Amino acid sequence: MPANTSSNPYGIGAAANRVDGRLKVQGKATYAGENLFDRAPLIGWIVGADIASGTLKRVNTEKAEAQEGVHAVITYKNSVDQKPFGLPEDTQRFGQSRAMLNEDKIRYAGFPVALVVADTLEQARYAGQLIDFTIEPASISLLTKHSEAQVAPESIDGGYEADAGLGDIDSALSSGQRFNMTYTTPNQVSAAMEPHTSIANYDGTNLTVHTSVQILASAVDCLASTFNLPKENIRVKSPFVGGGFGSKLGLHNDAILASIGALHLQRPVKVAMTRRQVFHNAPHRGMSIQQMAFSADANGKLGGVQHHSAMPMAKDYAFAEGTGVAARVNYQAEAIDSKHRVKVVDSPMLDSVRAPGDAIGSLAFEAAVDEIARSLEIDPVDFRRNNIAPVHPITGADFSTNNLDKCLLEGAEKFGWKKRQHTTKGTKKNGFGVSLGMRMNMIVPSEASITLQNDGQLVVRTDMTDIGTGTYTILTQIVAEHFNVDANRITINLGDSDSPASSGSGGSFGASSSGTAVLNACEALSLKLSECAGLAKGNELVQLNDNLVIFGKGDTEQQHSLSDLLGNTQNNALTAQGSVAPDEGNDNYAQYSCAAHFAEVEVDTVTGEVRIIRQHGAFSAGRILNHKTAGSQLKGGMVWGASYALFEELQQDPRDGGFVNCDFAEYHFAVNRDIGDVSLHIIEEPDYKACKLGSKGIGELGITGSGAAIANAVYDAVGARVRDFPITPDKVMAQL
Amino acid sequence: MSSITINGQTHALPDDPRTTLLDFMHQHLQLFGAKKGCDHGQCGACTVLVDGERMNSCLLLTFQLAEKSVTTIEGLSNGEELHPLQQAFIDNDAFQCGFCTSGQICSGVAAQQELKKNRPSTLWFDPNHTKTEDLKERLSGNLCRCGAYPHIIDAVSSTDDSQEVK
Repeated sequence: MPANTSSNPYGIGAAANRVDGRLKVQGKATYAGENLFDRAPLIGWIVGADIASGTLKRVNTEKAEAQEGVHAVITYKNSVDQKPFGLPEDTQRFGQSRAMLNEDKIRYAGFPVALVVADTLEQARYAGQLIDFTIEPASISLLTKHSEAQVAPESIDGGYEADAGLGDIDSALSSGQRFNMTYTTPNQVSAAMEPHTSIANYDGTNLTVHTSVQILASAVDCLASTFNLPKENIRVKSPFVGGGFGSKLGLHNDAILASIGALHLQRPVKVAMTRRQVFHNAPHRGMSIQQMAFSADANGKLGGVQHHSAMPMAKDYAFAEGTGVAARVNYQAEAIDSKHRVKVVDSPMLDSVRAPGDAIGSLAFEAAVDEIARSLEIDPVDFRRNNIAPVHPITGADFSTNNLDKCLLEGAEKFGWKKRQHTTKGTKKNGFGVSLGMRMNMIVPSEASITLQNDGQLVVRTDMTDIGTGTYTILTQIVAEHFNVDANRITINLGDSDSPASSGSGGSFGASSSGTAVLNACEALSLKLSECAGLAKGNELVQLNDNLVIFGKGDTEQQHSLSDLLGNTQNNALTAQGSVAPDEGNDNYAQYSCAAHFAEVEVDTVTGEVRIIRQHGAFSAGRILNHKTAGSQLKGGMVWGASYALFEELQQDPRDGGFVNCDFAEYHFAVNRDIGDVSLHIIEEPDYKACKLGSKGIGELGITGSGAAIANAVYDAVGARVRDFPITPDKVMAQL
Repeated sequence: MSSITINGQTHALPDDPRTTLLDFMHQHLQLFGAKKGCDHGQCGACTVLVDGERMNSCLLLTFQLAEKSVTTIEGLSNGEELHPLQQAFIDNDAFQCGFCTSGQICSGVAAQQELKKNRPSTLWFDPNHTKTEDLKERLSGNLCRCGAYPHIIDAVSSTDDSQEVK
């Protein structure tokens, strides 16, 4: 429990402004590509393969090497030694070798063939165009239909089994009314606004890499694996990340190539992917084919729920997402059957994009569920309320907390669901949709330290990242509340691999994991201060006020000066560590954040264009650590959901496996005017089984279910049920 | 010799004619406030003001800008004193990762000036359009993947003192 409850403007939960806000609005936050070592970096330019699979038969670099300003052209013929890709096998995937330019094999479209290193970007880019190479193509394999996905992945992202279920599905599906539908979602990308960028330097012993990565510790492992270097000689820094959304969980080609350049030339080398390169050189989310079957009785009670997911898996890279997990938890049923199958394909790296599994799973599943409610002529809110599960439908485990019904009920009230009015304005008709979402919650091991300096400053160190989530701010709040101090006495140092290892950012686990570690460090520091003051060990209230340390309250209050307490310590400072690991007891509970989404859209019955009028999200995610930043994250997720429903589709050329629409003119995601009014209703109930702070994940909650509410509103408006996302005007028109 | 003025400081134009304004600021001046999100004029993260007009600095070749005056995000604040829109971005939490923010703010400042000058947007053909919709339209050239759009509109609206268009 927090030591203090105060009116501190930076107390836990306060809607406090971001502590890094001033830096960001002035353009002064230092992103990866903006770092300088002792001298400006040389600039690397990636030359990529034009086809997806094959053998590099010839690469001629002479012309490029002869250009003004060019320092090196690096190919597999002259690159530094690397451990083969994917080794060691027993290391988790973000710590494995990501070797490239080490063999003549082309692993995917856009795979680096050469790195040109020159004084300037203009020189490197031009020289890159002069590299002449030939790839002998091999046949490629992509996923085109559901039946091709035959492999059951060993595990599914998030720790799920490929298959799960209960009951006799065939029998359950044959009673009542049966519904069969197949939904598809396309390839998608994270498209973080900051393209992946790294600057590496090697001094003969130490490799230092400024990069943009969500998890630091595994980034060090990855470089150690790739280049066979001792971990202690590697330092990775990533204090500001210009958006990650899963695409920066691990290191990618920019970091490996910048390091290759630095190791080759022993000078700082910068490699920034161009936007077009990001599409191939960073991971994407695979398309999915989701076959579903349901049965329901006339009252709308679900009997059987079946979800069979088919997705691609990239060759040599075992990542599969849990597209069907919504079917395992959203509703109770007599029988549930969820299966995931993959096909190994010749594709660029497939990995996490915001809310792996649920983002596209909830999109399809909650649209499918809506079809049932509409077909049975039952109000879609009532249908859902009638079917949600009191305990985990498959495991039978109690939920740690679960406010899903409240989200539906109160969200509907705030949105005005019962008062909704269908109108026609000229050629435009409006419609309303609802959906729900459940997103798993987890704790990942994390460590942090906190130091009280004799100038009264508290300095937190952890290799945690702030990818826009507000980590700097919420960690400040945790410390500010614990010691009841002003935020300006607190410094949070993030994104440095020399600091204690944290969970990093991803999977909605960052705030609770790193936050609990910092809270534990604060408590450890309080204990140490008590010891210094000669007080008995205990959970003493410790506050810092100017240069005083105040122990206890009321009659037992004692004050000591900071200089007295720290006088006998090393460096006149006191440091304490804190850590957190998953709690086995609490892991017996089903831990989920939950959401109910409501949307109103307007559909043009002539053009098929869908315009979003408003989105409302009712959420419950434990205790909210900062109502301002949490609100931003939830709304941002809702915007993603809207974008998935209506716009996003990365198109793959079936002939060569390359992506076709690799820029923002052709890979559409929502722009400002695509989004209507976005409002939130938060049902706050601290969940101390989730973590000591009572918080649960929110980063992926906003998107979970958000898109389906829009799809369902489109159906409500004009009767168009598009099962092939995104819902573009041509598909709507075809059903008018 | 031809020069360009950036945030009040005069610089000689670069020798290499291929150098965009954005790359000039990054490579030659270590001025990183304007960001490179796409290098194609599609995301707006590199938006700066050239003689008061908002432009994508990735689409401008520096040699074309002789005698022009450029203001970047670094030039909007006055020392420690933030521009009102910068403060509004903080107060409304109009950003998350911050990478598009420089461009959003420069674009927002320019959009407010365009409104004051009664410059139409493509929306003005519709007599029933709203001010909010107009602002969204004007700011749709600046992408934000964190999805801060609603808060960006809140921030720009809160500091907009142009006449209501109706």
